[in-house]
Amino acid sequence: MIEAVQLAKVFPDRKKGPVRAVDGVSFRCEPGEIYGLLGANGAGKTTTLRMLATILQPTGGTATVAGHDVVKEPEQVRSRVGFLSTATALYARLTARETVEYFGRLNGLNEALLRQRVDKLVALLEITEFAGRRCDKLSTGMKQRVSIARTMVHDPPVMIFDEPTLGLDVMAARVIVKFIRECRDQGKTVIFSSHVMSEVEKLCDRIGIIHGGKLLVEGTLAELRERTGQPDLEEVFVHIVEAHP
Amino acid sequence: MNWRHIHVVFRKELTDALRDKRTIIATIVVPALMFPVLTIGMGGMAMKSISNLRKEAQTKGSEVMLLGAEHAPKLATVLSNAPGLKIVPSANDLVARINAKTLRAAVEFPPDFEQQLTKASTNAPKVRIYHYFGEMRSQMAVQTVEAILRQQRDQMVGERLAAKGLSRDVLTPFASEQQNVAEPKKVGGNLLGGVIPYMIILLCLVGAMHPAIDLTAGEKERGTIETILASPVSRSDLVLGKFLLVLTVSLVSATVSISSLALTFVLPIEAVKAMGRVGPNALPFALSGGAVAAVLVLMLPLAIMFSSALLALGLFARTAKEAQSYLSPLMMLVILPAMAALLPGVELNARLALVPILNVSLTAKELLTGHYQWGLLTMVFLSSCVYAALALTAAVWTFKRESVLFRT
Repeated sequence: MIEAVQLAKVFPDRKKGPVRAVDGVSFRCEPGEIYGLLGANGAGKTTTLRMLATILQPTGGTATVAGHDVVKEPEQVRSRVGFLSTATALYARLTARETVEYFGRLNGLNEALLRQRVDKLVALLEITEFAGRRCDKLSTGMKQRVSIARTMVHDPPVMIFDEPTLGLDVMAARVIVKFIRECRDQGKTVIFSSHVMSEVEKLCDRIGIIHGGKLLVEGTLAELRERTGQPDLEEVFVHIVEAHP
Repeated sequence: MNWRHIHVVFRKELTDALRDKRTIIATIVVPALMFPVLTIGMGGMAMKSISNLRKEAQTKGSEVMLLGAEHAPKLATVLSNAPGLKIVPSANDLVARINAKTLRAAVEFPPDFEQQLTKASTNAPKVRIYHYFGEMRSQMAVQTVEAILRQQRDQMVGERLAAKGLSRDVLTPFASEQQNVAEPKKVGGNLLGGVIPYMIILLCLVGAMHPAIDLTAGEKERGTIETILASPVSRSDLVLGKFLLVLTVSLVSATVSISSLALTFVLPIEAVKAMGRVGPNALPFALSGGAVAAVLVLMLPLAIMFSSALLALGLFARTAKEAQSYLSPLMMLVILPAMAALLPGVELNARLALVPILNVSLTAKELLTGHYQWGLLTMVFLSSCVYAALALTAAVWTFKRESVLFRT
């Protein structure tokens, strides 16, 4: 489970003064649910998710991920989270298999369990054929699968996806979308950020619209449509954002 | 601190580094080949070109012009018949021809040469030799001419002494000779005590540069930093694992360079000594193993300091290119104190024992020359350890700064 309470992040900026990237965001995401964070570029999606993944520290509020506080127990949180974004690249000079093993070891798996998990993921994600190839020699699609294996190696109960399909072609994006669904079906808590309406519409059980660092509304797609009287998510989004300049 | 994590990070970085051709080239291949290629290559080329010139001068003869040969017929005849010289007819354009390198030298005898000789006056006649300073072939011609003139002069002196019934011994009422009594290791230390620590200090720094930048700014550039920060490894364990790799590479690189240096310079000297071509004191060179070991121990905190500082610097930079632009000022910062120890008169004292880099450089010099004080030695080692610890702390601190990790 993920619970954010009044989560805030202020970045100091010498020229502009303090920038409130995330401003008192609160939401809950339950196991077996996909929560979609929808927002334009610079709305605060990435910063929010980075705080949940303990890559950044909040300057206000707090969040619990899988029962651990992101500020007090960051390492506990990270060992229960799988984090995937288009910014999380792979080590070019490690092979696909070594990459997955490396993150398995950092997640504290012993060698016997590690081999078992890696074998399973390599088979499941159809990596076998190129498992011994260096990551810099892999195609984008292959890299995606290795990245998924990397986030899954420790079987985390919580998955955080930050614009995971950004810059991917249709086929590569489909692999990711399918994988996100599977995570939910396994009962994992999934949070997902995007600015692609169709993806959010298709995938998310509940949606939060974030703008200017603030979470403006949240609810299921049906609830949002009802509340705004708009036919689809794009119209809902525009309607809500325009009401909060 | 989680040793398992540190070890996992270190092992991964090691695999990564060993697969990086640039790291291997920069830290092992270049330091291993630098000294032999520079000395053997350059030395060999110089020797070969000189011997070629000699051979050419001997077979073809150097073009030399005699001016006023009629004033010194005897000397002129000897010069004309000398092997290695090719006498050309005298002319007025000698300066132009020497400058054009078509004439190697010209020998001019004054008009009253013979008369002055027979008078044996205090005002000895002067033979003037025109040449092209610094030009190899011209210098060879001059050497040949000078050798012949010297021989002729000696012969005349002998004849004059004999005419007066004196022996040649009259020219040397007493003799003098030098004898070196310093212990060989002190002489070796003085000659090399300054240079060796300086080289090691610099090589430790240079060896750490490439991996330190690749592991920090390189990760930012390639987008792997967020991947690793999202894993459960703590930031301090991450930096310690990376630090151990950079330190290892730095030490390996320095060891390779020093071995290569030793093989290039020390072994040939020892071989010549062993063959008995020169006396044991002719090349007063020896280093005690203990002193070398002590120097290496002193270098360790320095290597730690360099590796940490480079990691912090690399992480601060957004790209590897930016990190590289910080390297030149850093090099100056290290070279200046390291070189200051080479200056005459700069000796280790309690105050200088606290100056980073300079203190180690000075202590190493003293150790290699065989005289040192335990008090100062301890002070240098401890202060270096403190600086190393500070640098490592700074590196860890840098890794915990969001504003540095995600600097835009």
